[in-house]
Amino acid sequence: MDKLLIHSPILIIAIPLVVAFLTPLIGWKSGKARNALVVASLVFIEFLVIILARDIYLNGIHVYTLGATSPDLTLPGGAMVPIRIILEVDAMSIFMGIIWATVSLTAAIYSLSHMAKETGQTRFYTLAMLMVAGCFGMIFTGDLFNLFVFLEITSISGAALIAFRTRFADSVEGGFKYIVISAVAGLIFLFGVGLLYGQYNSLNIGFLANAMQYSALDKIALTLFVISLTIKTGMVPLHMWYPDSYSVAPANITAMLVITSHACMYAVFRVCFSLYGITLGAATLGWIVVIIGLLTMFVGVTMAVFQTDVMRFMSYHAISQMGYMWLGVGVGLAVLGNPEALATYGRDAIGGGIFHILNHAMYKPLLFLTAGALFHRTATRDLNKMGGLGHNMKFTLILYIIGTLSIAGIPPLNGFASKFLIYESVYQFNPILAVVAMLVSIITLASFTKAFQSAFTGPQLPEYKDVKEVPKPMLIGMGILAAGIIFTSIFPGLVLEHIVYPATDALINQAAYVNGIMGGMP
Amino acid sequence: MLSKIVRTVANQLILFILIFGLYVIAHGHLTPGGGFQGGAVIVSGVVMLLVAFSSKELKKSLRERTLSIMESSGALIFIGLAFAGIGIVFFYNFLVGTPIFGRIPVTGPNPGDIWTGGVIPLMNLAVGLKVVAGLSAVVLAMALFSSGEEIEE
Amino acid sequence: MMEHIPLNFPFLAAALLVGISFYILIFKRNLIKLIMGIGMLASGVNLFLVALGYRAGGNAPIYTDVPEGPMVLPVPQALTLTSIVINVAVLALMLTMVILIYRHTGNIDSKKSRILKG
Repeated sequence: MDKLLIHSPILIIAIPLVVAFLTPLIGWKSGKARNALVVASLVFIEFLVIILARDIYLNGIHVYTLGATSPDLTLPGGAMVPIRIILEVDAMSIFMGIIWATVSLTAAIYSLSHMAKETGQTRFYTLAMLMVAGCFGMIFTGDLFNLFVFLEITSISGAALIAFRTRFADSVEGGFKYIVISAVAGLIFLFGVGLLYGQYNSLNIGFLANAMQYSALDKIALTLFVISLTIKTGMVPLHMWYPDSYSVAPANITAMLVITSHACMYAVFRVCFSLYGITLGAATLGWIVVIIGLLTMFVGVTMAVFQTDVMRFMSYHAISQMGYMWLGVGVGLAVLGNPEALATYGRDAIGGGIFHILNHAMYKPLLFLTAGALFHRTATRDLNKMGGLGHNMKFTLILYIIGTLSIAGIPPLNGFASKFLIYESVYQFNPILAVVAMLVSIITLASFTKAFQSAFTGPQLPEYKDVKEVPKPMLIGMGILAAGIIFTSIFPGLVLEHIVYPATDALINQAAYVNGIMGGMP
Repeated sequence: MLSKIVRTVANQLILFILIFGLYVIAHGHLTPGGGFQGGAVIVSGVVMLLVAFSSKELKKSLRERTLSIMESSGALIFIGLAFAGIGIVFFYNFLVGTPIFGRIPVTGPNPGDIWTGGVIPLMNLAVGLKVVAGLSAVVLAMALFSSGEEIEE
Repeated sequence: MMEHIPLNFPFLAAALLVGISFYILIFKRNLIKLIMGIGMLASGVNLFLVALGYRAGGNAPIYTDVPEGPMVLPVPQALTLTSIVINVAVLALMLTMVILIYRHTGNIDSKKSRILKG
């Protein structure tokens, strides 16, 4: 058990890779064995993530050096620079890891019946496990070039999965836009990595944070990193590809892709807080992030109001909710160099942003999965053609209502807790920001009510008279996420204290991250 | 399908290309090369066969099931070699000092000894196998697509 | 003759390649030209990475039969190799999708073959 804990960072990345390449060999024989293997391996990964999380909250950062003579030997033989690829898992990384393990397990259970009639299912499961391994690698790594490699693995498998149903022309177009944007973003990121390598001759984030001198080339590298990673999260001046790609994918793939765009946001936080840190001169960058967050919120929700395609409608709302996270963390970034402001409202702002990542990762995949359930039974995504489905699909109706109340920030549910934390702390920074955020929340509720009315309520249409409820695996998948939402709604204080605030403190505390690698050297 | 002269010359040349590709893969730890580079050389030989014979002819020899099994086994051998050192650390070079590929090379410029390197030459061979299978499947699929057929399930 | 070429000539070439590729990505509408632009962007970034490792008067970083003297840095060459492999996969995927788009809509102009709007 102890050895499992020490080796768990690399096992969490390597086991999905092994399963991804075992799947073709087993899939030629029997389809049921392949499905069982995929779900069983994801349950095991969830177990490993939970025991690693418990140990990190008790004992601090876990470091894993690949290929050395012992897992935490980062500076072998008294060397001054860390050599070999090093995985570094702190409280913020394991926070994203818990989210990704749960959502990918949910999507895998959902896809047992949603993809049951497609051809080429073996290739689907291989690509999905590759995407799981790629995103875990992006979250757990402590090395900039390794981040690039896993970012590209995630993007390639994600694009192939978006274009999976090649018989529809719009799926292929969405996949093409996704891969073009991801290729350009990855190459710009690599250019920034080259700039930093040429100056400091190292690729390790902890070592670079120690040696950073913030010259002009470093500022250019920071700009390139932030631009390339925020393109992939769907930030507003560069968001046109996001609804096109996320609306045409199979619904469980869209649920996983939302979490990969969160992982790109995590990479921005890693670069801004742990790599550049206090030397940043952070007020300017913080204000830029805040303004872009406001713009993202507003443009996202106004474009969502008049959509008729249900998955496209939800993609615009996903863009808008990301704006809340940028707003919260941007306010924290702007006061990073100011210790008393950081203690009064800065830490709460970052905590609110991170809590919103957790909540969004629970209700947004739930909403996408319910839209997928509607598509599964009615074979259309157009809201004008649907109507009166609430008579037949009662469980989907209840899950949709839970998701809607959560995204709009209605008091008993968890969306309200994180939005209230953001409003409270951002108001002390500048009152206008909180007012715009509340306005966006009201428009969100309005648009979701319109969609609810056109899909579920109303008289029962004749062509949908014998539509039944969706099969059991899809309901179990959606039920896991709904259970998570209800748990976080009843005990928000517990979740904040044990999961969110350790992650916040790990982000603000750059010295602990560097010490994990350099081991107490001055 | 091109003329008889082209087909005959292609049949003879593929052997030389295969030998050169395997040389580049096997000496990856001594000279420039390695898994991907040698695999790409062999795939260029397969492309030459694809141009000389048409894709419908080549589909009878390179079946999709064979390529898929070759590709998966290449990847599994690679990850298996990485897991074999998990007693100490993942990716630990456990063959250094043993008679298989385990000699320690002399420092400084030397003529190069092939039995050095530990796990690295074996991983080169696994990666070369995977690259050959994967890129051949890609090239074959694109050629079949363009001529109107599909690879069957 | 080597002293008449300025020492940062590879970096200027890399910047030129990246600049031309951005012009292609923004202004050209044919999908095959877009893919060529992305390939050119990849070439520019790879050239930049390899040129970072050069040390004056260095030999190739291989111990087999190398002459005496300093060697250039080997790590950027490994980074470039990884980047080339990734770009091969990305280009293969993009070309396959263009074949499928042509099959569905009949032309490869990005304004005419566009279905998703708004």
